[in-house]
Amino acid sequence: MSHPTSPSSPSPPDRRPLIAFAWLWVGAPLAYGLYELVRKATQLFTG
Amino acid sequence: MSPPIAPPGWSRWLVPPAALSVHLSIGQAYAWSVFKPPLESALGLSGTQSALPFQLAIVMLGLSAAFGGTLVERNGPRWAMTVALVCFSSGFLISALGAATEQYWLIVLGYGFVGGIGLGIGYISPVSTLIKWFPDRPGMATGIAIMGFGGGALIASPWSAQMLESFGADPSGIAVAFLVHGISYAVFMTLGVLLVRVPRATESVAGGGPSAGQGVQVSARSAVRTPQFWCLWVVLCMNVTAGIGILEKAAPMITDFFAGTSTPVSVTAAAGFVALLSAANMAGRIGWSSTSDLIGRKNIYRVYLGVGALMYGLIALVGDSSKPLFILCALVILSFYGGGFATIPAYLKDLFGTYQVGAIHGRLLTAWSTAGVLGPLIVNWIADRQEEAGKDGSSLYTLSLFIMIGLLAVGFVANELVRPVHARHHHVPAPREAADVAPHQPQQPESA
Repeated sequence: MSHPTSPSSPSPPDRRPLIAFAWLWVGAPLAYGLYELVRKATQLFTG
Repeated sequence: MSPPIAPPGWSRWLVPPAALSVHLSIGQAYAWSVFKPPLESALGLSGTQSALPFQLAIVMLGLSAAFGGTLVERNGPRWAMTVALVCFSSGFLISALGAATEQYWLIVLGYGFVGGIGLGIGYISPVSTLIKWFPDRPGMATGIAIMGFGGGALIASPWSAQMLESFGADPSGIAVAFLVHGISYAVFMTLGVLLVRVPRATESVAGGGPSAGQGVQVSARSAVRTPQFWCLWVVLCMNVTAGIGILEKAAPMITDFFAGTSTPVSVTAAAGFVALLSAANMAGRIGWSSTSDLIGRKNIYRVYLGVGALMYGLIALVGDSSKPLFILCALVILSFYGGGFATIPAYLKDLFGTYQVGAIHGRLLTAWSTAGVLGPLIVNWIADRQEEAGKDGSSLYTLSLFIMIGLLAVGFVANELVRPVHARHHHVPAPREAADVAPHQPQQPESA
């Protein structure tokens, strides 16, 4: 860790749940957009 | 407003989703066309009139990014994201009022003017923060955010269409759709406002990346006086013009190229081709921009401009002989178009440092506005003249394609002329400023 921590200082909170939530927040709508895109793009080969 | 400083243990992987929440929202601008037919029939508008809100929004994007960049640097990313949220969402709310009262000028004012300011400030809001958090991978970091701008249209296009189908395409249905857009985007962008943090000063890098805040630092005011800035302006303008050249006429182009062959392209298949180009555009933003961290910014632009010209040459000379070859070349060109957008902030950081890179990026985006006019103008004007001259099929586009090759060659030369910035332009911070600004470093090693 780059910043010094003394034995008495509290350890920083675990950010992993927040990271997962934040990526899910932006990832879910993006996945929806990509799904719609793939559906439309396949028309090039089927249409 | 002082920039929000990250507390100890803050992860830098919280910053890209903060940036994405803004860019995925403002990227909706490229899905404006969904609202055009309902507005035209509900309010009796022409096609030119219904395009006005989008055109004004793009003009405002360029202006607010160019003139608001220094404010964004001074007040920090949270201030910028808040301004973007308020302007972009208010734009929809004003438009909702305009649709409900059938006052079209309110839609132009709301979406175009107010919303457009949100676009410009939102576009540059996370750039300098991301570069400071990821000094070892600035191309990847800004690539993620700028990919989001492309992704925004992918989300908004089907979402807005479904909403108009549910609420109806009459004035009240359009008003409700605008209202829902305004509220939804406000909620969605709030994540970015809450999460974004700038790295704490006086921290050391554990990941061993190049140090942000050290080395060459150039202010935005000085940067625009350097030849390097204008070389990059030409590079971006030429690269974007060439990409727009394909994007603008993608559907008619593929149809015309194979009209007289044994494998003609249907309207539905052409729409699929356009969607595939959007995917290449997005993939290029993250893929090529990340690659630039490995091979260098100058080299990646050599690829965008040099290989891009080669791809245009292939389309012009043998594109109509093979559909897979035509599609492949177009996909590569569009991936370079996206890559060019996403790599430019990291190129600016390499040349001018992190001091005011967001503001410099804002000023450089005027090249985008110029290209947005230049690209469609060249392709459409030439295609119309060729049609008048009795040409058809692929020959409608041959001249345009060779002009694009010429533009890319100009961009290639401009890229070759880029040299390190002369020391007389370097920013020398005052002692107190140096203590405040200089070593903005990520403090958390597990993410490096």
